Amino acid sequence: MPEIQFREALNQAMCEEMDRDPDVFLIGEEVAEYDGAYKVSQGMLARFGPMRVVDSPISEAGFAGLGVGAAMVGMRPIVEFMTFSFSLVAFDQVVNNAPKMRYMSGGQFKVPIVFRGISGAGQQLAATHSWTVDALYAHVPGLKVVVPTTPYEAKGLLKTAIRDDDPVIFLENEAMYGHRGEVPAEEYLLPFGQADIKREGSHCTIVAWGHGCLTAMAAAEQLHKDHGIEAEIIDPRSLRPLDIETIAESVKKTGCCVTVEEGYPTCGMGAEIAAQVQEKCFDDLDHHIIRVGSLDVPMPYSKVLLNHVVPGAQRVAEAVKQAVYFQG
Amino acid sequence: MITLVEQSQKVEPSPAQMMDWYRQMALIRQFELRCAQSYQQQKIGGFCHLYVGQEAVAVGSIAAVRPSDYIITAYRDHGHAIARGMDCESLLAELYGKASGCSHGKGGSMHFFDREKNFFGGHAIVAGHVPLAVGLGWAIKYRKEDRVVLCYFGDGAMNQGAFHEALNLAGLFKLPIIFMVENNGYGMGTHVQRASAVVELKLRTGDAYGIPGKHVDGMDCLAMYEMTLAAAQYCRAGHGALFIEVKTYRYRGHSMSDPQKYRTREEVAGYQEHDPIGRLEKVLRAKNLLDDSKVQAINNEIHAHVEEAHHRADAAPFPQTQDVWKDVYANPYGPYQL
Repeated sequence: MPEIQFREALNQAMCEEMDRDPDVFLIGEEVAEYDGAYKVSQGMLARFGPMRVVDSPISEAGFAGLGVGAAMVGMRPIVEFMTFSFSLVAFDQVVNNAPKMRYMSGGQFKVPIVFRGISGAGQQLAATHSWTVDALYAHVPGLKVVVPTTPYEAKGLLKTAIRDDDPVIFLENEAMYGHRGEVPAEEYLLPFGQADIKREGSHCTIVAWGHGCLTAMAAAEQLHKDHGIEAEIIDPRSLRPLDIETIAESVKKTGCCVTVEEGYPTCGMGAEIAAQVQEKCFDDLDHHIIRVGSLDVPMPYSKVLLNHVVPGAQRVAEAVKQAVYFQG
Repeated sequence: MITLVEQSQKVEPSPAQMMDWYRQMALIRQFELRCAQSYQQQKIGGFCHLYVGQEAVAVGSIAAVRPSDYIITAYRDHGHAIARGMDCESLLAELYGKASGCSHGKGGSMHFFDREKNFFGGHAIVAGHVPLAVGLGWAIKYRKEDRVVLCYFGDGAMNQGAFHEALNLAGLFKLPIIFMVENNGYGMGTHVQRASAVVELKLRTGDAYGIPGKHVDGMDCLAMYEMTLAAAQYCRAGHGALFIEVKTYRYRGHSMSDPQKYRTREEVAGYQEHDPIGRLEKVLRAKNLLDDSKVQAINNEIHAHVEEAHHRADAAPFPQTQDVWKDVYANPYGPYQL
């Protein structure tokens, strides 16, 4: 199986879907002439031309709304936010016009649109540029929220997102664009609402996705090596819909659960998952569910402070040790 | 300043067309008066923004575009929906929260939709729908279709960021969109003079976004028709977008709950002297198309029509509570089949 970069996997997904369906187009800042701020859309302008790979001025509300309007007449726009921190300028379009049009019109309009781009801290861009938006958008009925962890998932999930008749928030991470992974040469799609068991283990369930999942995997290896603790890592891959069944099955087996996210703990995804887990596994839990997330402060600039705020493998490992009552 | 149509090319509307517009305006007026009554009877919930006084705008402009053209508007949408041919019963059913409403009771007064009639809403966030119009225009250009978008909004929308982003995109991409501001003088209770640095609104596009601005009397149905017809031709010819400032006036408050302390009775009465329905009526009387008995007959007929629609909508069933889960998603799990 060929090994390609995360960004190439995304590029392949978009190109394949654009070849397949003439209604698919990409619009965003610097996606065309510049070849993408993070080179995700590299070569696409040359291949598809300026009507299908569209440079927009810096007008997030404008081009996000353009996408929603085009989707209302059956086009399938891929709207790239250079970062989802900028999607907040287009919040009304993303949380009102995209997900509520179908409902408010009594089902007359579908809005098959993908909003994609990077989400998360880690680039030392300080508080306004470092949003992790997964919980923010997962809060909204009518939206779907998808977070791939591997290049394989990036391609399969993005293709599914483009074919979806509902609006999809597709969250990537700048630090992962260069990651390499095996991606089949033949076509495939991956489902939403179906978690992937990234690592099997019997002592503690860790629920983690995207960049946080990589942190959790590093923590799990360390726990295995240092203490013989075997964590089971469940990667939901989509946060809405959420595959709570697979998570609950794992927690029933391990008796404890740690959630890992790079967003904030207050009203975060971990809080939601914890609520759903205790509804399904109340009698199986031997320890309260532990949420690991960014510290509840605006994201600081200084590397030292930033690394203290965003959860690392050490914090995840400590949480797991607490959950399994590890006596060091 | 661009000239849209030469004087010699103007097409005079036929007597049948003008009579139709007269009926439509009278229908909108009576529909809105029915709404006011139903609102007071608490059959209508939420906000209810009446179109009384502005009838000529929707009727004259929608008459000038084709059924295949796209229409999108803001929350004062009853008049546009009726002018587009949506039936009063489905609109009243929507207002009464009934399953048979045009949005199945999920939208209400501010969110009328009709996909088949190319009526794209009914939108309640001020200027939030203007970028959607740009998307409709983009799709037309992308697919090389012979259509235009008619996008309405109020004077208040022109102070929103979304409006300016949308106008810039429409100008930049040369999209076939008629942007029509229904300047009724007030953004809720704030007069244009207290809200807009430049009071002549057509000046606020023009050079700024490469979209020419025109001006028309919104109390004159015939002028509305003529201007919109010319604008649609301009857009269809591939020249890009056009902006039309329509001077109009609403006789009622911003919504049903507005005590109207910001204006005088004299001001309202002054505008009512130029009533759009009365104005067209004068033209039709002069052409011997209308007289007292015909006016009475038309009004009686429309009154009966609206009352029947009201009774049917009132008697229609409410949605089932389980319908709250309907139409949140096309498919909650997406297109993937295991």
